[in-house]
Amino acid sequence: MKAQNKQIGTPMNRVDGRLKVTGAATYSAEYQLPGLAYAVLVGSTIARGRVSSIDTRAAERAPGALAVITHFNAPKVPGFAKGQNPSQPPTAGQPLQVFQDDKVRFNDQPIAVVVADTYERARFAAGLVKAQYVQEKHQTDMTVGTRQAFQPTQARKNPKSPVADYQRGRADAYQTAPIKLEAEYIIPTEVHHPIELQAVTAHWEAPDRLTLYDKTQGTIRTRNDFAKEWNLPEANVKVIATFVGGAFGNGLHSWPHESAAIMAAKQVNRPVKLVLSREQMFTMVGYRPYTWQKIGMSATPDGKITALTHEATGQTSTYEEFTESTVQQSRMMYAAPNVNTRYRLAALDVSTPIWMRGPGEATGAFALESAMDEMAHQLRLDPLEFRLRNYADQDPENGRPWSTKFLKECYQMGAERIGWSKRPLTPGTLRDGDWLVGYGMGVGTFGAHRSKAQTSARLLPTGTVLLQCATTDIGPGTGTAMTQIAADTLGLPPEKIRFELGNSQFPTAPTQGGSSTVNSVGAAVQEACLALRDKLRQLAAASNSAFAVAQKEDVVLADGYLALTGNPAARANYADLVRQPDDALVTVESKPSEEQKKYSMYSFSVHFAKVRVQPLTGEVRVSKLVSCADAGTIVNLKTAANQMKGGAVGGIGMALMEAATIDNRFGRYITKDLADYHVPVHADAPAVEVLFVNQPDPHVNALGTKGIGEIAIIGVAPAIANAVFNATGKRIRELPITPDKLI
Amino acid sequence: MNQFQYVRPTQQRTAITAVAKDPNATFIAGGTNLVDLMKRGVMTPQKLVDINRLPLTKIEHQKNSLRIGALALNATVANHQLVRERHPLLAQALNAGASAQLRNMATVGGNLLQRTRCPYFYDVTLPCNKRQPGSGCGALEGINRMHAIFGFSDKCIAVHPSDMSVALAALDATVLVSGPKGDRSIAFADLHRLPGDAPEKDTTLEPGELITAVEVPDGHFTRYVSYYKVRERASYAFALVSVAAALDLDGDNIVAARLAMGGVAHKPWRLAAAEQHLIGKPATEASFRQAADVAMQGAKAFKHNEYKLKLAPNTIVQALKTAAAA
Repeated sequence: MKAQNKQIGTPMNRVDGRLKVTGAATYSAEYQLPGLAYAVLVGSTIARGRVSSIDTRAAERAPGALAVITHFNAPKVPGFAKGQNPSQPPTAGQPLQVFQDDKVRFNDQPIAVVVADTYERARFAAGLVKAQYVQEKHQTDMTVGTRQAFQPTQARKNPKSPVADYQRGRADAYQTAPIKLEAEYIIPTEVHHPIELQAVTAHWEAPDRLTLYDKTQGTIRTRNDFAKEWNLPEANVKVIATFVGGAFGNGLHSWPHESAAIMAAKQVNRPVKLVLSREQMFTMVGYRPYTWQKIGMSATPDGKITALTHEATGQTSTYEEFTESTVQQSRMMYAAPNVNTRYRLAALDVSTPIWMRGPGEATGAFALESAMDEMAHQLRLDPLEFRLRNYADQDPENGRPWSTKFLKECYQMGAERIGWSKRPLTPGTLRDGDWLVGYGMGVGTFGAHRSKAQTSARLLPTGTVLLQCATTDIGPGTGTAMTQIAADTLGLPPEKIRFELGNSQFPTAPTQGGSSTVNSVGAAVQEACLALRDKLRQLAAASNSAFAVAQKEDVVLADGYLALTGNPAARANYADLVRQPDDALVTVESKPSEEQKKYSMYSFSVHFAKVRVQPLTGEVRVSKLVSCADAGTIVNLKTAANQMKGGAVGGIGMALMEAATIDNRFGRYITKDLADYHVPVHADAPAVEVLFVNQPDPHVNALGTKGIGEIAIIGVAPAIANAVFNATGKRIRELPITPDKLI
Repeated sequence: MNQFQYVRPTQQRTAITAVAKDPNATFIAGGTNLVDLMKRGVMTPQKLVDINRLPLTKIEHQKNSLRIGALALNATVANHQLVRERHPLLAQALNAGASAQLRNMATVGGNLLQRTRCPYFYDVTLPCNKRQPGSGCGALEGINRMHAIFGFSDKCIAVHPSDMSVALAALDATVLVSGPKGDRSIAFADLHRLPGDAPEKDTTLEPGELITAVEVPDGHFTRYVSYYKVRERASYAFALVSVAAALDLDGDNIVAARLAMGGVAHKPWRLAAAEQHLIGKPATEASFRQAADVAMQGAKAFKHNEYKLKLAPNTIVQALKTAAAA
């Protein structure tokens, strides 16, 4: 008997919703440990050079001060002994080794941490630390950086690296074509800014046992990084991240503030809490890199793309190479015979970027999908029709079939819902009173990634099934989706499932990122539940032979006892089966199948935007957004729609307002808070309509899922930019589209 | 954050004396701006004199004007029936400012005295003559897209951030103050000053002087008004440019006009010449465009705020159009 989906596909409420809205959910800055001390970081005020001296005397004498740690007195970090930071860098280089030398590599680099008995006293004392510098000439200007761009190390070492140059057919073939376009696009630095500030509470429970209550997207990654940094067995480091208040990529790397808090806790021999300020969120936990892009495209008069070239240069730091998949989608999105991509980096005296929602694909889609709109306009073709004429029925990058692709269905559903037929072919011709009106679309795609994941399942004597997994939930509702998957797999009501996450001591799971959690952990939960059912059958078989010969599928977890379909006499009470706590415990590791080599696996989305533009003042209002996703099986209609809406609002921010600005003379951000760095407020976000194709993908995993988190934002910004063009006839190729660019 | 003393007097005289005799003391009311500045180390008062217990919250009509107590909350004023009926321009301007949460805390007096949002003023590691006289103006050669196009000096190109003040400037309000030397009233146009050689001084208030009320004279600007604010998101952002426009119309004919701009100068920028130009003209887009051209005479832009030379007149036109159609 195949498990019937009773919970999967429903809009079940979040299992932790009540905890979150009542304040009962405990976030990493909320663990009130006995003896807790508070740490505040002091940042450099130059962008490059050396710290020649630091006067810490006043800070040390300040009321309540417990310690001031700088590179002059920092405790020895065993993992840094070889002059390297053992934590996983993004792709190449060395993560910052905080307080290990006098070098300043970016403005606001942590140069001291002050620990005191209260937060306010730590903050006050931190203000008393005075540093002297030997300043060196810095470079934070991307217009200069772009001219000095270089190929990433991994691409130089390995021509098969995803960020290596790519070519099929002729390179730059568009240049000699009669119908062509060449355009440059810029996306400025954007900052994740989840509302929950980055926070860690470090507690040395013994000289060789460390517990971190940490805002991270990967408890295992964080555990491994800090076990190496402090030369501890992995089992001696415990990372707790039960609740994460949004992250968007912030938590995909280990950062200096975590090392600083651990050092501080060691120094004062007390648990230490360190919460970054909003200002520090700009410089200490990554950001979406400023990226320059160029698209070259040629097409036949009837709208077939003949050549496509996509180049990008992304910003990185001088000490780490951060790379992302900015140009990759141009290789597989449209069926074009001549395609080449080039990806370069520009190293500036800034902190290291990190993936931010949708990551490189969202940046790349702004260029590719804007260029698609430009070419459609040049050909006087409807942009949707132009995309259909270049629809890729198989993956043009490798010739493989798609595992599933329902993008055409998305186009149709979304176009109908937005009222695409009302879009004027000639820009600037549709009005509503004083305002200009326009429609635009943008397509998104992201790999349906799956990696190996473990989950344990245990039947408790009460009949509740407890599942544990080290995965995190940064907001998508992981615990809820897993509860639904387990409930359906075991035929139990969701109340009988308890899913625990966010603890590195639970079975290993990948970091939550790249839209892969349901694909990976969901599969592990399903397999763990099946393994548990069979384990119970085996336990029952010891005393009841009916279970020994029963089909696995016929085993039923009834209320208080194990039963067999079609054999009412067969019963085994849980109380008899589970004598010891571990009697009914299984742990499974779920792995991606060989199918990954046979199929190209991607989620797809299309976003349709309707905008209004005030022609005199350049104000843009998104009046309607329709997002349609081909993301395989939708496990939870409510939380999935929630993710799509959040992504769409993030896309509005990207399109219209987000930009972190550095004054290059000082190499220092002048946007330092959420008053200067604009994210959308409610008034900027229309009702976002979300549509799902909701067709299972039979190849990614047995659940049929493909992933949602990234495609929710990828393609939104170009949809809005294209709608602005349709409304005004003005093509804005540098985000954000602020009023000054439209008047 | 520095350490400071905190007192909360109940007598106006006590409060004024406390600030007048101590150069490191300052009044605090809603605190929506001052507390931020203290957290950033931009302002480091040694003593806070909390005036929230003073009886200065009343909103009442007296003789020929509406008198608004300095401690009336922005939200209260914006929603007050007398304000909405008699001075809808003021209500619109208030609601265009900040967020609902801030309007629930911020007072009228504090709104007038809020400091510029220039990023160089806010970062104590960067030069700013307003924060630290003589340190230089970071914005002059820096990122200056939010900065002034009128009335600036080579010492300071910051703009005044208040929306309410733009409306009050247009409405010819009077500011009542009480100080160590007694009470006086200040014409609204004379409250805020241009930076000149002393950008550290935002206003003409003397040490220890406390704003007690604002008086808005009765007028004919009860219907054809618009506070049009252009910003980078739909709400909760400072103005790129804002315009307070009020018309007194006889049919399509303009009997009188009031115009002031925000986001363009160190103080609310009253457009008297443009107002004069509109008198007797028909309320048409052509008249509004001519007035806007008059208003823009003398404007000068910096590297990143050139767009304001176009956005400002366009916003004047749009505000007047919106006012005329109200």
